[in-house]
Amino acid sequence: MKMRWKALHESLHGFGAPCLLLFCVILALAGPAMAADPALEKALESMDPSLLRGKTQAQIRAELPLSAAYRDETSPLEEEIEVLVDGEVRAVSIVRYLSDLEIMQYRGDVLWTCIAAFLVFFMQAGFALLEAGFTRAKNAVNICMKNIMDFSIGTMAFLAVGFHLMFAGPEVNLFWLGETTATQWGFPFWLFQCVFAATTATIVSGGMAERTKFHSYIIYSVVICAFIYPTFGGWAWGSLLDGEGWLESVLGVGFYDFAGSTVVHSIGGWLALAGTLVLGPRIGKFDAKGRPRAIPGHSLPFAVLGGFILWLGWFGFNPGSTTTFDGMLARIAVMTNIAAAAGALGAVATIWLVARKPDVGMTVNGFLAGLVAICTSVDVVGPTGAFCIGLGGGILVVLSVLFLERVFKIDDPVGAISVHGVCGAWGTMAYAFFGVESFSLTVLAAQAIGVATGFAWAFGTGMALFLGIKYTIGLRVSAEEEVAGLDILEHGNEAYSGFQIDPHA
Amino acid sequence: MKKIEAIIKPFKIEEIKNALDAIGVKGMTINEVRGYGRQRGHKEIYRGTEYNVEFIPKVKIDLVVEDAMLERTLETITEVARTGKVGDGKLFVLPIENAVRVRTGESGPSAL
Repeated sequence: MKMRWKALHESLHGFGAPCLLLFCVILALAGPAMAADPALEKALESMDPSLLRGKTQAQIRAELPLSAAYRDETSPLEEEIEVLVDGEVRAVSIVRYLSDLEIMQYRGDVLWTCIAAFLVFFMQAGFALLEAGFTRAKNAVNICMKNIMDFSIGTMAFLAVGFHLMFAGPEVNLFWLGETTATQWGFPFWLFQCVFAATTATIVSGGMAERTKFHSYIIYSVVICAFIYPTFGGWAWGSLLDGEGWLESVLGVGFYDFAGSTVVHSIGGWLALAGTLVLGPRIGKFDAKGRPRAIPGHSLPFAVLGGFILWLGWFGFNPGSTTTFDGMLARIAVMTNIAAAAGALGAVATIWLVARKPDVGMTVNGFLAGLVAICTSVDVVGPTGAFCIGLGGGILVVLSVLFLERVFKIDDPVGAISVHGVCGAWGTMAYAFFGVESFSLTVLAAQAIGVATGFAWAFGTGMALFLGIKYTIGLRVSAEEEVAGLDILEHGNEAYSGFQIDPHA
Repeated sequence: MKKIEAIIKPFKIEEIKNALDAIGVKGMTINEVRGYGRQRGHKEIYRGTEYNVEFIPKVKIDLVVEDAMLERTLETITEVARTGKVGDGKLFVLPIENAVRVRTGESGPSAL
């Protein structure tokens, strides 16, 4: 999600404003220009007059947006250019309007960011099918309702509070969109961020499936999208708009998470971990001696279709994270695909060795694990790096699912903790090995700080949230309701009316 | 008259129906059922955990034949349904007191 403003502007000026002698663009506020500065006059003389539209610098300056983060095609921008005055290179700050090419670039950014956001939105459908397929038919309506609700409620929570917490600069109001509505860029940016926030919430529903009260689910969805996700997101990504996050500069090198292995996926995974621990396993998941029993999902083709939809959605999730319409997006899409395929291969090989059968559920988890793991460094790795990160994710997810179930006795029906939590952490750490030119302990430490902070924050707030719900309105349905299925008693619906449903437990 | 209850592997039903047709059996009723015999279900693996499927899907055929047809019908079903592997199924034979054909009101063997 790192917006590369500098790179964008450099590429633009190459053809957008050829009359400039020398330039270097600095987004941050440059010093105010003096009216009678000879360097400024020279800079203005050398500029295409159409970029000034006959206005004085003071007039244009009055139209500047809140900060350069709130851009659009009509607002002027401020840039620092260097001019030669009396044989001396001087830097001056000028304000000007966008050239036609820059306007087209801006519109391209909007278009691509929106298309990517639509693809990420479609991941909600993927999650709904994946989670419904991996669970029993008697709970399919409940799973679908949770996926509808966490997007709808998540949208409102992120709109009302979350977006402000994550991205607002000092003394700026972004509650209910707030000051972003003054410029166009706030909209595509908000949409893309909103679908990300909802993704985090929806990850949790899979881990806590088949035994959580519906109204309790609504409450925690609000808290996740309004508070837990945006707070950590602000620490790691605040400067993508106008905020500032301490993780972005930690240890000097900064914590790097391009598209959210940690910020989105691990946070969701660790929240699911807290939720499953507070909830406890489903009835019948472990026998009297504590050995895990299989509770097969009711539609593996649904789960596979959901997995493929998520894979498709990831082509928006990762390549869209530049929020820039440029040549990078194909490269990022290719690396995304390599990691997903490698994840599937890693998982199928591992489960084949362990259980002597190529299990389809684990294979779906495998490519999802590869996709989760590659998010952090998808914009910087090469094909080999993407392969290694994806393969590692695929192997790790199988071992993690079996380990959590057999050793920690954690019941995670869809593997959400392993796919998103564990493989998100793996991908974030892997940046230090595959994403940088030469390995550095400082980079590794910065990534570790991000991973550890993410775990402490999500698991800590998650435990507080779920325990709070458990001891007030209750988190888990009654045993009677769990056995009968949540569909009929929570929603009054049947997913497959007319079919005799085998409770299978 | 005798009633045969044949519990067989589901994929064999078409073949059996055609074979019985050929020897002159005039009708049958089938049910999708689940059950187990000596093989005690079978094992499946889901996400690395083995579990036992105790009741395996089978098809149950109910058909009534005249006494003279009984042996031939049993032989035909046995021959066609056999794969030689566990789970081929079982046949049960029961006496039938009477039969009535609803449309015509005929009773006895001619109702079949």
